[in-house]
Amino acid sequence: MGALIRIDGVTKRYCSTNGTVTPLNRISAEIPQGRLVVLMGPSGTGKSTLFRLLNRLENPDVGEITYQGIPLTKWDPVRLRREVHYVHQTPILFLDTVEENLSYPLSLQGKKASTERMREVLEQVGLPESFLKRHVDELSGGERQRVNLARSLMLDPPVLMLDEPTSSLDPKSVDTVEKMMIRARDQGRTVLLISHSREQAERVADVLWQLEEGRLIPGQVMR
Amino acid sequence: MSTTATVATLGFIVIAMALSLWLKLKLEREILIATVRAAIQLMAIGYVLQLIFDADRWYFVLGMIFLSILVASRNSASRGVGIPWIFIRVFVTIATVSGLTLGMMLGLNMIEPRPQEMIPISGMLVGNAMVVSSLLLNRMKENAETMKEEILVALSLGATGAQASRRATHRAIRSGMIPIIDSMKTVGLVQLPGMMTGLILAGTSPVEAVRYQLLVMFSFTASSALVSILLGLMVYPTLFNSAHQFVGWKQRMEDR
Repeated sequence: MGALIRIDGVTKRYCSTNGTVTPLNRISAEIPQGRLVVLMGPSGTGKSTLFRLLNRLENPDVGEITYQGIPLTKWDPVRLRREVHYVHQTPILFLDTVEENLSYPLSLQGKKASTERMREVLEQVGLPESFLKRHVDELSGGERQRVNLARSLMLDPPVLMLDEPTSSLDPKSVDTVEKMMIRARDQGRTVLLISHSREQAERVADVLWQLEEGRLIPGQVMR
Repeated sequence: MSTTATVATLGFIVIAMALSLWLKLKLEREILIATVRAAIQLMAIGYVLQLIFDADRWYFVLGMIFLSILVASRNSASRGVGIPWIFIRVFVTIATVSGLTLGMMLGLNMIEPRPQEMIPISGMLVGNAMVVSSLLLNRMKENAETMKEEILVALSLGATGAQASRRATHRAIRSGMIPIIDSMKTVGLVQLPGMMTGLILAGTSPVEAVRYQLLVMFSFTASSALVSILLGLMVYPTLFNSAHQFVGWKQRMEDR
C-alpha cells in the first residue's frame, strides 16, 4: 500500500522568550492510506505541531510534506484542510445550537447540511438526534467534545487527524468514539490519533508512532 | 462673551488646582499644562478659522479638512500598532467616509458650501470617524488574540481567512457602532449635545439648532457604520497570509 502522506526531513522551530524551541527535528515518515496511526509521546513534544503542519495551518521551516504525492504547498490550502482534516483538542463550538455548529463546515462551501446527515454523524459519536436543537452552553464537557468531532465528520474527510478526542469522555463514550475511528478506517479513511493512553493505542492502532524530544520513532505495527 | 468673562473662566481651573492641592492629588502641574495647551491651541485655531472665513477660498477649506484627517489618522493609527500599513488604511478610511458624508450633505443641500459650515461639520465628522476607528482597532486587536483558537478551528474546517475572521470582525464593528447608537437613545434626555448647545448660546432658535444636531447625529450613525465596515474589511486580511494561515499582528511586529 503506497504512502498517502509523506513527511520528509521536517523541522519546525518556534522562538520563545526562553530561546528557540524545536518540537520537530528532521522527522521523516510515511502514512499509508486506510490505516489508523496512533501518535504518542510526552506533552509538548510536537504532536499537535505535526497536525498543524499536516493541516497546513503552519509551514515547516525545513523539509517537505506531500499528500497524494503533491507537496502541500501546491494544494489549495482551503481544500487541503477539508481533506486532511484536523480536529482540535479543545472543543470550540462558536455558534449557538448543535445544529448550527454541524451545518457550519458545509455552509462555508455554500452547501446546506441535511438533517439526515447531521443525525448520522451525531449517531456516530453516540448522541441522539434531539441534540440538534440543544444550545451549546447546555452541553457537558464530554458532549461538547463529541459535537466537536461530529462537526468535523460532516466534512467526510479522507484523512482525519484527531487530537486527544476522548480526553473528557466517560468509558462508554470512549468506546463509541473508538468504534467510530475503526469504522472510518475500515471504510478506507486514514485516521491519525494523538493519545496519551497506551491501552487505547493497543485497542485501535494499526501503527504506533512515538514522538520524543523532536524525534519521531515510527513504524511499530500493531496489527 | 467679553474678554473679562473669558479670563474669568480660569477661575474654574483655579478651583480644580486648589482641590488637587488640598487632596494631594499632585495634578496641579498636569492641569496647568493642559490649560495652557488648550488655551493656545484653541486661540490659534480661532485665529486660523477667522483667516479662512475672511479669505473665503475653497482650497483653504480643503487644506483644513485634509489637515484634520491627517492628525485624526495619526492618532487613531497609534491604536493599531503592529497592523501593516495601518496609517494608510486609517487615512483612506477616514478620508473616504468623511468625503462621502460631506459630499452627501452638500449634494442634498443640507449644508451650504461656506467655510463657516464646512469646517465645523467636517471637524465633527472626522473626529467621530477617529473615535470609531480607534475603538474598532482596539477591539480587532483584542479579538485577534482572544478569538485566535476559534479562527484556527474555522480554518481547519475549511474556512477562508475572510470566513474564519468574520465573527471577530463583526464583533469589532458592532463595538464601534454601539456608542453612537447609545448616545442617540439618550440625546436630549441626559444632556443637550455640544453643537446644539453652542448654537442656542449663539442665538440660534432651539428648533433650528435641533435640525443641525439631527443632521450631525444621523450622519455620525452612517459614517460610524461606514468607517467600521471599511476599516474592518481593510484590516482583517492582514491577519492571514496568502495560504490562509493565521499570522496575527503581534508576531509580525516581532518579525520586523
